[in-house]
Amino acid sequence: MKVRGTKLSHDEYMNQVISVDHHPEIEYAWATGIAISKFLEGLKQGKIYGAKCNDCNRIVCPPRIFCEECFSPMVEYVELPDTGVVNTFSLAYIRTDASRREKPEIPAVIDIDGTTLTPSGFLHLLDENIPHDQIKVGMKVKAVWRPEAERTGSITDIMYFTKLED
Amino acid sequence: MKKRKVGIVSVGLTKFMRRAKETPKELAYYAAKTALDEAGITRKDVDAAIIGSAPDAFDGVHQKHEYLTDGAGGVNLPTMRGYVGGGTGVFSPIQGWYSIASGMHDVVLVTTEEKMSSVLPSAQAAFNTIFDNMIERPLGPNLVWIFALEMRRYMETYGIPKEHIAAVSVKNKGNALDHPSAMLGQKLTIEDVLNSEVLAEPVHLLDISPVADGAVSFVMMSEEKIKEFGISLDDVAWVEGVGWNVDTTMWTNRDLCYPKYVEKAAKQAYTMAGQKDHSPEALRKWLSFAEPYDPFNYKELHHLEGLQLFEKGKAPLAAYEGVTARDGDFPVTPSGGLLGVGNPIAAAAGMKVAEVYLQLTGKAEKRQIPKDVTRGLAQAWGDLMQVGTVIILKGGRVN
Repeated sequence: MKVRGTKLSHDEYMNQVISVDHHPEIEYAWATGIAISKFLEGLKQGKIYGAKCNDCNRIVCPPRIFCEECFSPMVEYVELPDTGVVNTFSLAYIRTDASRREKPEIPAVIDIDGTTLTPSGFLHLLDENIPHDQIKVGMKVKAVWRPEAERTGSITDIMYFTKLED
Repeated sequence: MKKRKVGIVSVGLTKFMRRAKETPKELAYYAAKTALDEAGITRKDVDAAIIGSAPDAFDGVHQKHEYLTDGAGGVNLPTMRGYVGGGTGVFSPIQGWYSIASGMHDVVLVTTEEKMSSVLPSAQAAFNTIFDNMIERPLGPNLVWIFALEMRRYMETYGIPKEHIAAVSVKNKGNALDHPSAMLGQKLTIEDVLNSEVLAEPVHLLDISPVADGAVSFVMMSEEKIKEFGISLDDVAWVEGVGWNVDTTMWTNRDLCYPKYVEKAAKQAYTMAGQKDHSPEALRKWLSFAEPYDPFNYKELHHLEGLQLFEKGKAPLAAYEGVTARDGDFPVTPSGGLLGVGNPIAAAAGMKVAEVYLQLTGKAEKRQIPKDVTRGLAQAWGDLMQVGTVIILKGGRVN
């Protein structure tokens, strides 16, 4: 079988072969919906909300208005503590635009305390000043909040999670 | 419902390249035309065309399946695109299968295509839109993050050493040296992988497959049409089982140590193929080899476990000990995989299905597994750690 294709080098692509450029300018404003609005309003007040399914009885975070398993409405919001457990983490030297960082940021999935059946939580960052050899899966952490006046109702109202001393 | 028997009768591949001069449509044409020529038929014989391609954002072309239609041989035919993220390349031949099995069509031309080089400065910009738009993107994530997070969870849960995972990069990039489409065949050592640039611990550069441009096509036919065209059964691989499954996008609410959706997709396919015993020993005896999705080295292992081909946490040691080498007891990714051949998303998984076909028909040339192969599996995976697609093929003369 013949395998066809014409490979280009980066230089050929950028400088020699004719290409047509396009820089779309496009903007979105997403309505945050019923449940995530509640979650973001909570963050502005320094609170983490989850939701409870009255069918399977689990408490989940972030909240939603229906249980994707039971397909029943989740009518009850539950205020959860601002502490949790590191489910997994990374020392990330790569930024969102693929450029590199000298000192890593530490994305992690935080299972929020008070969620039930299976632990649940959300993606956030860990305190960059925790010594790297102390960061472990299962480590207890606590939210470090932005000063109240600076909060905007965003996931970044929590600046990061830091190690909770036993 | 009685299902008709469906076979893949030919495949066509382009080179996989970091940057192709060809447009996506031209790449699709190369692959589709090659597949038609290999089958000895023309576009006039085709009843329907199926297109598989990942997000439009890579191309910056709206509804790119319509743009691709000409190249995929689909003009003035019932043409459609199915899209399940990285799982697409295996889902497209599944669509081909049900279009024919249902009795709807007899001859279907399936094309999987991806061109990832158009988006600047890198495909990352498009990939990052995969993250939740309200509570994840404001944190400035990079796609590598979720792989790093999943990989760590997997390693921690089962106590897996990094050396065992690195063995997959060595194997696959080595196997790719024998693939004519490959862009990154390399002879490496485990040390090379461990010492490559750290992107996001535990993920290093050589743990990752390269973004690419490329296309892969298939001709699929009903048994009746295969007879009518006089196609030799030596050139046929029958579709014996298919399965697919989608979990929630709320990936932070699931335990990432194990891909449950892959298990569900695999069991659907095994059951359809009549294989009732889903124990690893029985399945590895029943299947001759597998082509699981390997965009990252640990994903091949994760998927082998989801596919029930190894016990949970046990695939890494098998890879390290050579069980999954091309000449091992259970060959895995003899093609060289995404890690070695390249990862033009939909076409990458298409390449895996093509490899199963080529192995079963004895056309894999230097990559041919050095034992009799009767039955193989290809699997793909995608989106926010949530999609599994599985296809099982058997040789044309296998009962």
